[in-house]
Amino acid sequence: MLAPVSFDSPASQSRRDFVRLCTLAAAAVGLGPLAAERFLEAAARGAKPSVIWLQFQECTGCTESLLRTTHPAVDDLILDLISLDYHETLFAAAGHQAEAALKQAMKANAGKYVCVVEGAIPTKENGIYCMIGGRTAIEIINDVAGQAGAVIAIGSCASWGGVPSADPNPTGAVGAHEILKGKTVVNIPGCPANPYNFLGTVLQYATFGTLPALDAQNRPKFAYGQTVHEHCSRRAHFDAGRFAEKYGDEGHRNGYCLYKLGCKGPVTHASCSVQHFSEVVGAWPIGIGHPCVGCTEQKIAFRVPMHTTVEIERPAPPDTYPAVQPPESHISPLATGVAGAVLGALAGAGYVASRKLSTTDDLIPTPSAGAKDDRHVDQ
Amino acid sequence: MRAAELNGDARPVGGPIFTAGFNALLAIVGACGLVIVWRLFRGLGAVSAMNDGYPWGIWIAYDVVSGTALACGGYAVALLCYVLNKGQYHSLVRPAVLTSALGYSLAGFAVLLDLGRYWNIWKAPFLLNWNRNSILLEVALCISAYTVVLWIEISPAFIERWRDSTSPLLRGIAERLTPFLNRTLLWFMALGILLPTMHHSSLGALMLIGVSKLHQLWFTPLLPLMFVVSCIAMGYAVVVFEATVSARLFKRPHEHKMLTSLSGVMVGVLTTLVGMRLVDLISRQRIGLAFTPDRYALFFWLEMAAFITPAILLAPKDWRRDPGIQFLSALMMMVAGTLYRFDVFLVGFNPGPQFSYFPSAFETLVTLGLIAVEVAAYLAIVKRFPILSGAPVAAGPPGLVSGLRAAS
Repeated sequence: MLAPVSFDSPASQSRRDFVRLCTLAAAAVGLGPLAAERFLEAAARGAKPSVIWLQFQECTGCTESLLRTTHPAVDDLILDLISLDYHETLFAAAGHQAEAALKQAMKANAGKYVCVVEGAIPTKENGIYCMIGGRTAIEIINDVAGQAGAVIAIGSCASWGGVPSADPNPTGAVGAHEILKGKTVVNIPGCPANPYNFLGTVLQYATFGTLPALDAQNRPKFAYGQTVHEHCSRRAHFDAGRFAEKYGDEGHRNGYCLYKLGCKGPVTHASCSVQHFSEVVGAWPIGIGHPCVGCTEQKIAFRVPMHTTVEIERPAPPDTYPAVQPPESHISPLATGVAGAVLGALAGAGYVASRKLSTTDDLIPTPSAGAKDDRHVDQ
Repeated sequence: MRAAELNGDARPVGGPIFTAGFNALLAIVGACGLVIVWRLFRGLGAVSAMNDGYPWGIWIAYDVVSGTALACGGYAVALLCYVLNKGQYHSLVRPAVLTSALGYSLAGFAVLLDLGRYWNIWKAPFLLNWNRNSILLEVALCISAYTVVLWIEISPAFIERWRDSTSPLLRGIAERLTPFLNRTLLWFMALGILLPTMHHSSLGALMLIGVSKLHQLWFTPLLPLMFVVSCIAMGYAVVVFEATVSARLFKRPHEHKMLTSLSGVMVGVLTTLVGMRLVDLISRQRIGLAFTPDRYALFFWLEMAAFITPAILLAPKDWRRDPGIQFLSALMMMVAGTLYRFDVFLVGFNPGPQFSYFPSAFETLVTLGLIAVEVAAYLAIVKRFPILSGAPVAAGPPGLVSGLRAAS
C-alpha cells in the first residue's frame, strides 16, 4: 500500500500514488476529475474531514463491507482522505480512552465533522436496550449528531430501523432521522449498504462541502434514483419471459430471471445492479442467483416475505417507441387555450343556467302534473 | 304496440328554423367542415395531435365513447318504459330517441374521420373482411345497427308528419311504412335495448387488453359493467337536461313530476356505480393509488366528486324537486360519465415513456362542430316534426327563458 505522503515535492512517487488514489476514488463514486483535484488540494492543506462513526443496534455488516473496498481501500480512505476519529470496530483504544477520543474529536471539529450512524436506535423503556459508556443510544446520537456538520445514516437499520425494527419490534427500534427531527440525515440504506454509495456521499461532502441530491426518503438520487430491475443483468430474461421457477432448476442454472422466486428488484431503488460489491464482478445477490429481498426499501425488507412476488406496474416493454425527436409531442398554447375556453364556457353556462332555474322559478307546469307539491307554478 | 300510440300528443313546435342561435351553430359547423376537408385530404397528422403512442384522441374519447354514452337517453328511458313498464315516462321517449339517433349517427361519422385510411371503409360490410376476434368489430356492428334501429324507432314522428304532406312521394312513403312499423316496431324496441347494452360493455371491454398500459385506478375486469352502468346514468342525465332546456326554449310544459322521479332513479344508479367502483378498488387492493399524490389520483377524485355530488344533491326529496338542482346534477353526471371515459381512454392510458397527447385546436374544433350539428339538427327537427308533447303555453314569464328564446 501507500507510503506516508509528503507534499513537499510534487514530483515524488508518493504524490503520484496519491493522485492515482484520488482519481480512483473520484471515478469510483462518480464525482469526476475535478473532484480528484479537490481531494488533493484538501489533503495538501491538511483539511481532511473528521468522521465520527457511531454504532448502535447493528451487525457491523456495513463496516465489514466498507472494509472490503479497494478503490479506494479503506486504509487509504481513513488515513489519507478522511480522518476517522472514532470507530468502535477499528479502534485500538477501548474503554475510557475511546470515550476521551470521542470527546476530543467532537470538541476539535465542532460543527464541521461528519457523524456516521450505523445501526438502529431503540426507543422503548427510554432506550435502555442499547447503552455505551453509561449513556443510551438516544443520548449519544443527540449529543454527537447535534454538533455535526453532516449526518449520514449507513445501512437499513440506521435509515429506518432495519432488522431490529422487524415485527414485533421488541425494542422500539427506529432510524436515526426519527431521533434527529429537523436535521438532514442522508440515508444510505442497504443490508449492507453498498460502500460506494457511502464513499460518494462522504467524499462529496469532504470535497465540495455539499450533500448529494436526495429523494423523498433522503436517499442520494445518484444511487437510489432507479430500481434494481432497470439495469439488472437478468433483465433480458425477464423481458423474454424466461424465469427460474425453483432453486436449482434448469432456468435457475441458466441464469434466468428470479422474479418468480420472489425477486423484489422491480420495486427496490438501489444501484446494486450497476455497482457490485467489493469490486468483484457479479458479487451481489441477484448476481449469485438469489432474488433481491428489497433491503433498501422500508416497506419491503423484513416485511414482505422473501418469496412473495411483487406487483409490477409495467411488466412488458412498450410495443411502440417514439421517434428520436417526436414531432407530435408538443402541446401548443393555442390548443390548451381553445380547450380551456370551451370547458370554461360550458362550466360557466351550466352553472348560471342552473342558478337561474332555481331562483327565477319561471317554469311552466305540466297541465296534468300531479300533487300540488310537485308543481312549479308561475308566480 | 302501434306506431301512432308511441307518443300520441306530440306535435311540432313550429317557428322559423334560421334564428340567430341556429346561424351561430351553422358558423361553427362551417369551420369544422373546413377542418374535416383538410383532414380528409392531408391526413390525420395535419390536424390532430395524435401519435404512435396515442393512436386515438378526443375524436374517440369524446365523439365516439362519450358521445354514444351521452346519446343513451333513448336506451335509459326505453329501459324504464318498456322493461320496467313505467308507462308514465312515455312523453320523454321521443325526444330522448331523437337525441340518441343524432348522437349515434355523429359518433359513426366521427369514427370515419378517425380512420387513417378511410377510403377502405367500403370493405367493412363484407363478412370475409371481418376480424372476428376483435372487440372493435362488435362495437362497430352494434353502433351501426343501433343507429339504424334508432332512426326506425323515431320514424313514426316523420311518418305522422309526412302523412299530411303535400308531396305525393312523402305521402306514399308514409303510407307504405305505417303497416310495416305497426307490425315490427316492438321488435326494434327490443333490439334498441339489446344493442346498446352490448356495445357499451364492449367499449369498456376494449380497454381490457390495456392491462399494463391502463392505470390501475381504472383497469379492472369490471370495465364493461362500469361502462354500461355509467352510460345509463348519463342517459338519464341527458333526458333531464334535454327536457329542461326544451321546456324553457320552446315554452313547453315542464315535465316536472316526471323529471323529479327520474332524478330519484339517478340517485340509485349513481350510488350503485360509486359503490361498485370503490368495492372494486378496495377488493383489488388498489385504493392506495387514489391517495398517491399524482395526476392520476387528481383525475380519479375529480371524477368521483362529479359522480358523488349529484347523488348527494338529489338524495333529499326537497332538493330533488328544485329544477335548478335537477339541472345542475344532470350536468354533473354528464361531466362525470364523460370524465370517466376520458380517464379510461386518455388520462389513465400510458403507452410508454415520452409519449404525450393533448388535443390540438383543430381536434377541439371538430368535436365542437359535431356537437353543433347535433344541436342544430335537434332544433330543426323538433320545430318541424312531432317530437315534443304538449301544446306551447302562450304567456311565458320573463327570466332566463326570454334570452334563450330570443336566441332560438
